[in-house]
Amino acid sequence: MNKREFLKDAIIFFPAAGVCGALAAQAAGNDPATAAPKATPGYDPTDHWYGMGVDVDKCIGCNRCVEACKTENNVPEEPFFFRTWIERYSIHADGEVKVECISTKTPEQRLAEQDQPVDPDVLRTFFVPKLCNQCAHPPCVQVCPVGATFQTKDGVVLVDEKRCIGCRYCIQACPYGARYLNPLTKTADKCTFCYHRITKGLLPACVEVCPTEARIFGDLKGKADRLVRFQRENMISVLKPDLNTEPKALYANLDGEVR
Amino acid sequence: MSGAVPTGLYEQLASQLSQVTGFIYPNEVETHWSILIVVYPYLTGIVAGAFILASLVKVFNVVEVQPIYRLALLTALSFMLIAGMPLQLHLGHPERAYEIFMTPQPTSAMAMFGFVYLWYLLGILLIEVWLEYREQLVLMARQAAGLKKFLYRALSLFSNDVSPEAVAWDHRTSRIVTIIGIPSAFLLHGYVGFIFGSIKANPWWGSVLMPIVFLMSAIVSGIAMVMLVYMVISLLRNQKLDMRCLDKVGLFLLVAIIVDFALEGLDYIHRIYQSEESIKILGELVSVKLFNSLVIMQVALGMLLPMLILSLVRSRRFNDDMRKIMYFVSVLLIQMGIFSMRWNVVIGGQLFSKSFRGLMAYKMELTGMESLLMAAVLLSLPFIILAVLSWLLPARWMEEHGRPAH
Repeated sequence: MNKREFLKDAIIFFPAAGVCGALAAQAAGNDPATAAPKATPGYDPTDHWYGMGVDVDKCIGCNRCVEACKTENNVPEEPFFFRTWIERYSIHADGEVKVECISTKTPEQRLAEQDQPVDPDVLRTFFVPKLCNQCAHPPCVQVCPVGATFQTKDGVVLVDEKRCIGCRYCIQACPYGARYLNPLTKTADKCTFCYHRITKGLLPACVEVCPTEARIFGDLKGKADRLVRFQRENMISVLKPDLNTEPKALYANLDGEVR
Repeated sequence: MSGAVPTGLYEQLASQLSQVTGFIYPNEVETHWSILIVVYPYLTGIVAGAFILASLVKVFNVVEVQPIYRLALLTALSFMLIAGMPLQLHLGHPERAYEIFMTPQPTSAMAMFGFVYLWYLLGILLIEVWLEYREQLVLMARQAAGLKKFLYRALSLFSNDVSPEAVAWDHRTSRIVTIIGIPSAFLLHGYVGFIFGSIKANPWWGSVLMPIVFLMSAIVSGIAMVMLVYMVISLLRNQKLDMRCLDKVGLFLLVAIIVDFALEGLDYIHRIYQSEESIKILGELVSVKLFNSLVIMQVALGMLLPMLILSLVRSRRFNDDMRKIMYFVSVLLIQMGIFSMRWNVVIGGQLFSKSFRGLMAYKMELTGMESLLMAAVLLSLPFIILAVLSWLLPARWMEEHGRPAH
């Protein structure tokens, strides 16, 4: 075989091998893209890289995002399973930091607490919405033994409930407590950024209902995107940056006490 | 969706929630890895330790340990056959466990479990046991009749050659398999430690020393278990204990436990001295949640006391009967200590919040899939298998029939 023939064969061989490989992977069900919910025709996930901005100063702790999330995504109502939740921090004059999760309380309990007199020892209080950080470098995806947890091309970490074996290693590996074992499906479950909505051009349920626009959903690849503007206009922090998970939940006005 | 959660789970979670102190993330109320995941490294450790004890005879020619060589092999096999079961039963979807073999995720430490387990069981242990017993099985098949004859023939894989050349080949091959088996045993349990040690989200687990600590504790538990089984079987069969063997194994056990203690001590000293962000909550974890199981049961009673007893035995001021009692007490204490160590790692690592602001509780169920009862069943199964294997492959058959055991 001379050089010309070799190159000609190589030109045919490599794309053909690529197609065969892709077909084989698809037949084996290995392609994560096939496990993701169906998107609108023409939607190209490689055009996007989703993230969420959270402006801590704007959150009023109304808990509507949590309720909307539970309804939209069939999250069990019991106070042990959350895709998103709200924490309240009280910083005291003596340095003590009191934290509680207001989302585990009933609406009546939350109302009753609002009527409490202001404690003069408290320097300041604030609410922090929490959710899956949709890490660019997700430890949950790294540890999943069967590849049931995967990252989509548009940067969302999802769980294929038909493949998850329920070993819970991903729950242990998540530094943010963002995962739970769904008691109905017996598989790992977590925030999906409402993937079934965003791929149709809609907003995640929590963002849709937030009355103060404390949550900004957007595409980090879009130059004029709201999230990019949010990044430009605010000093941004992420949770537990030392773990090198590269979160895409981007916080503005975040206190150093928040973990 | 209200009421969708099974009542039993709801009650367990509500009870655990009522015992939470400080702040935890709301999804952290549930203890995801239960008592079954405590049993798993305990069983696997015994496999690795028992095999390494057996290798002392085969590879390092420690003749004193010869009398328990076969027992160590069978103990390793019996525990190995059950070691995967707690994991299987713990899965949310046990029927999908095969996916670990079909579509393993190369980046996952757990994905390699199936392969390491299968390699060790099929590639090392079963071959080693077969080579060790093949000659005897052929001879037993010749003497037996009917179903028993067929059983022995089948177990020898229908081989029939007991010529000196064939038996010599068995011995040579067995030695090679053992040599490959030593790093494999290290891999088996070191890997279990890596599953925990590689979790950077959890500072109680995430330690580079974890695989080596797991390995040393495995060697300690395996040696102690073979000693315990040897003493109990000899008592049941009314056979005399070989004190030379017991003293030698006791010496190895003492060395192993000293190294294990030093490694675990180093891990704690390192954590305390570095005093990272998590040190406050880990200090609370030890003093509030794990004081009894860690300080008392694991360290004081499970390590220091047996270390003291085993050191005293070395002074040779005690007669055989006294030494037997001292060994017996030591190995029982060591088993309790190692089980506590597995508990403190697995359950302890889930009793503090990753927010480092609160402590959780674990309420163990008494019955059910992930319960105390199931753990007790899984812990007794290896002994039942060992009893059956000892009946099928009597360890002393060769001596009784006038042939020296090799």
